[in-house]
Amino acid sequence: MAVTVGIAAWYFISNAVENLLTRRIASGFGFLTREAGFEIGETTILAYDAADTYLKSLAVGLLNTLRVAALAIVFSTLLGVLMGFSRLSLNWLLAKIAAGYVEVMRNVPLVVQLFFWYAVITESLPAPAEALSPVPGVFLSNRGFAFPILAAGTPIKLDYPVLSGFNFSGGALLSPEFAALLLGLTLYTAAFIAEIVRAGILSVDRGQFEAAYSLGLNQPQVMRLVILPQALRVIVPPISSQYLNCTKNSSLAVAIGYPDLVSIANTTINQTGQAIEGIAIIMIVYLTISLAISGFMNWYNRRFALRGIKP
Amino acid sequence: MNRALDEAMSRRVPALYWVRARLFSTWTSSLATLAVLYFSLKIIPPLIDWAFVRAVWSPQNASLCRESIGQGACWAFVADKYRFILFGTFPADQHWRPALVIAVLIALYALSTLRGVRGSRLVTLWLTGMAAIGVLMWGGLFGLIYVENERWGGLTLTLLLATFGIACAFPLSILLALGRRSDMPLVRWLCISYIELIRGVPLISVLFMASVMLPLFLPAGVSIDKLLRAQLAMILFAAAYLAEVVRGGLQAIPRQQEEAAQALGLTYWQRTRYVILPQALRISIPPLVNTFIGFFKDTSLVVIIGLFDFLTTIKVSLTEPAWTGFGVEAYLFAAIGYFLFCCPMSRYSQALERQNAPGRGVPMLREN
Repeated sequence: MAVTVGIAAWYFISNAVENLLTRRIASGFGFLTREAGFEIGETTILAYDAADTYLKSLAVGLLNTLRVAALAIVFSTLLGVLMGFSRLSLNWLLAKIAAGYVEVMRNVPLVVQLFFWYAVITESLPAPAEALSPVPGVFLSNRGFAFPILAAGTPIKLDYPVLSGFNFSGGALLSPEFAALLLGLTLYTAAFIAEIVRAGILSVDRGQFEAAYSLGLNQPQVMRLVILPQALRVIVPPISSQYLNCTKNSSLAVAIGYPDLVSIANTTINQTGQAIEGIAIIMIVYLTISLAISGFMNWYNRRFALRGIKP
Repeated sequence: MNRALDEAMSRRVPALYWVRARLFSTWTSSLATLAVLYFSLKIIPPLIDWAFVRAVWSPQNASLCRESIGQGACWAFVADKYRFILFGTFPADQHWRPALVIAVLIALYALSTLRGVRGSRLVTLWLTGMAAIGVLMWGGLFGLIYVENERWGGLTLTLLLATFGIACAFPLSILLALGRRSDMPLVRWLCISYIELIRGVPLISVLFMASVMLPLFLPAGVSIDKLLRAQLAMILFAAAYLAEVVRGGLQAIPRQQEEAAQALGLTYWQRTRYVILPQALRISIPPLVNTFIGFFKDTSLVVIIGLFDFLTTIKVSLTEPAWTGFGVEAYLFAAIGYFLFCCPMSRYSQALERQNAPGRGVPMLREN
């Protein structure tokens, strides 16, 4: 067995070495310090231009991945909890809407949803000059979403976006790519979280509800003091794997042109030809993120697990 | 809870009480009901107007589509491109072949849900079906002209990628799941690292690996075409996820079953084949269906490496000058297409789960 595995590994590696030699492709991670030579449409914390190194471009991509994944996790948790509770609501309309939402979102591939939202933003929304403004200070246009942010300085005040030329300046502007990705990822993940929340609450024995009500607690108290602490034990493990999925799914950004890690690594591979290194970087980064999230969720889960009972 | 209440109500009290109990029970509930009604009235009529009343249906008047942008949907796009979206670039006079393949695949899915079709019957059914599909798609036999697989595409390709992907991944996943529980450290270690590695990275990276990295690992002169490489990546990916489902089934089998089989003097493979797997796989059917739904949706990712599946053909059709700018309609159609396949499968797995564990109504969770 060990010998077979060894021989197979040796065979593939020797092929790879030979192929790299005949195609004159360098190997190793030396390319990381070379000049990248491409622009990135969206940068946040790190300033970046085409003269910077591949390493820096990948770091920008990683930050973009983390930014969209973190925001999507927060928003989808809020929406998912809301939808999960709505599905259990006694209100028939709310329950049906939540059920329909979950069914539609879960049964349509995320890429299709991303393309759809991207098309809605870039094709159906008006140009910045006629931007929709559902709330004063917030503008939706085919160039992205603009909204006010807190400006630094004293006294703290809001910095409003204003139309100048063909686009908005001031405030914060989400690009159409980022907005579509965040929207799609949030709506999709929320559907799965809603089901997890519903399953968690239903898994609590009905006797617990009855006992809690008979103690004279009102509905919010029953939920907060009796049901949720028990439901959370069931909810946390699957929700942590949803957070992982959400982070991995953010790699679909490449399909609509948001410069996340995978998209930039892909450009790097195309420019340098160093596919093995490029894909190794993607895999190592995602594995690290996976381990970090599951480590954190395990720690969190231990706090909620029953003492003396192994999960 | 809701269902029990509904039943009690419908037996004893008139509709008005239902309205009160399920729409206006408390002031928050009433507020929610009114808000929902208000927004429905604001959103639904314009939506119906756009999607049906003012929509352009006939492909003859593509110019009409341009004129009614923002007022009516352009379904003429679908009417014009449906053959390409269903069959890709398959020769036009042979379109009956992929059409028949789609019908055969749907029939196979439907037959697999029957109770009488289990075990060896199921395997025979699928092997026959897949052989028929191979003949229909490639041709070259029985007077059918040969069609190279570069010309396969559209919905046909999506269904083929998903079906063959799962069919090939399934046996592999059983080996992986057994390997993960093996007493041999090397086997166990290899299986665990494979499963965890694949599950830890996004599918795109596995697809990239197959499309750009795999050729580097093959000896000079040997090349595998793009479709096969993507299919290989999908199989390797699906196997890791299926392996975890099968492992779940294996873990649910009590230890005594294994011990009893051992006491009868059965070898490891006999125990696995005749005692453990039949039970474990039966338990795993609902989560297996769920994994299949996830996998079916995941085939849409081949759009990123440029294979002409259902989604890619739609995306490519949009680049034609006549149809640029109708992305909303096009992707809405794509969404409906995927939904029509995934929703019945999802209902089926829910029904199975309810049969297996009636009562509490705790939903089975889907990973993706």
